[in-house]
Amino acid sequence: MRWVDDNSLLIWEQLREHLYLALIPMVLGLLISVPLGYVATRYSWLANPLVALGGVLYSLPSIALFIVLPALIGTKVLSAANIIIALTIYAVSLLIRNVIDGLRSVPEEVLQAAVSVGYGTLRRVMTIDLPIAVPVIFAGLRVVTVANISMVSVGAIIGIGGLGELFTLGFQQDFLTPIVVGVVLSLALALLADVALVGLQRVLTPWARVNTPKEA
Amino acid sequence: MVQGFLDFISDPANWSGAEGIGNRILQHLAYTFLSLAIAALIALPIGLLIGHTRRGAFLAINTGNAARALPTLGLLTLIVLLIGIGRVPVIIALVVLGIPPIMASTYAGVSGVDRATIDAARGMGMTGREILTKVEIPIALPLIISGLRSATLQIVSTATVAAYVALGGLGRYVIDGLSLRDFPQMLTGAVLVAVLAILLDLVFALAARYAVSAGLTGRLRRNTDTKTSTAPAPAGVQ
Repeated sequence: MRWVDDNSLLIWEQLREHLYLALIPMVLGLLISVPLGYVATRYSWLANPLVALGGVLYSLPSIALFIVLPALIGTKVLSAANIIIALTIYAVSLLIRNVIDGLRSVPEEVLQAAVSVGYGTLRRVMTIDLPIAVPVIFAGLRVVTVANISMVSVGAIIGIGGLGELFTLGFQQDFLTPIVVGVVLSLALALLADVALVGLQRVLTPWARVNTPKEA
Repeated sequence: MVQGFLDFISDPANWSGAEGIGNRILQHLAYTFLSLAIAALIALPIGLLIGHTRRGAFLAINTGNAARALPTLGLLTLIVLLIGIGRVPVIIALVVLGIPPIMASTYAGVSGVDRATIDAARGMGMTGREILTKVEIPIALPLIISGLRSATLQIVSTATVAAYVALGGLGRYVIDGLSLRDFPQMLTGAVLVAVLAILLDLVFALAARYAVSAGLTGRLRRNTDTKTSTAPAPAGVQ
């Protein structure tokens, strides 16, 4: 506990870094996969290849992707950009499937009703399709977020890893406390993010609370 | 950078010997399969039991979710500091990471079998054991294989990270290359691990295709009027 008091500044700093390394890719992943998923539902021949590509990309080990990226896109080897881009790639490759499945779950008669009362494409997508797809998209988003939060730590091996740097520090000094602190904070962060997403989903889908309260 | 990588990987001297690429790949595969086998030996029976009896579902679902949040590097360094450097603690960590996905999908697969199907099997006079081995396991097989597949990917990936706590395998190139600032060597390790992961994923995809009873997939049927999808559900939806 002594160590925690003495190093609270360091711990805070790593926690902040961890949070932003995990959350930026989550947001970017959502911003990329929603339009991409929409295009894939419009041009349905795109859907299967995109989902398959996502599967392949998601199977790449994170440490490998952190290192291969600089060679492919010319970022510096020890740059936070590699972590953010790699985690964004994971987020998109997992979310794309949920977005496509979610948008496809919108009943055809609902779409036709929207068009017949005069909704334009953009307004229909934003106010009808996406809200109905929220539960499926959020299921994926929760997985992505929790996985990202645990994956950020791996970046510590190449020097940028938020709480992961507490693991490398503890390992180098043969000292358990920083590792335990890092694991506990990382788990707590994942739990909090998950709870926050569940809350956000409830806010975004008020009708779910009325009809099927257990599903929310 | 890429040229250096091509030079490194095409130099025959880098392929032979105890620290050669060939041996590193074999080491990596050995760690992966050993850990996967132990994890499966532990997780499959538990998942089958929970799915069959439908008791303790809470445990299966929540360990699966919690494990996803567990930082692998933290687990590795923690176990190594507690037990000591060596292969055993690393294998333990890899097994711990392999168990939850196998257990969760085995449970999901078995418990997802239609009750009417099980009632029909019981009505035909099948015992509990027969229902498990002849009805529940075959129907759950796509999900069981998908669990083994996620566990394998998790283990292959973490085995690479494990080089940091002094394990052999392909991760050595990454860690040694990093400390020597030898980027081509790091890139070699990263590319080989990525290729290995994709190949193993492909093997499991093929296994899922051919291990599943043709009666379920309709693979050998001419009129596929009732299709059952063998594709796993999207992330988070089960």
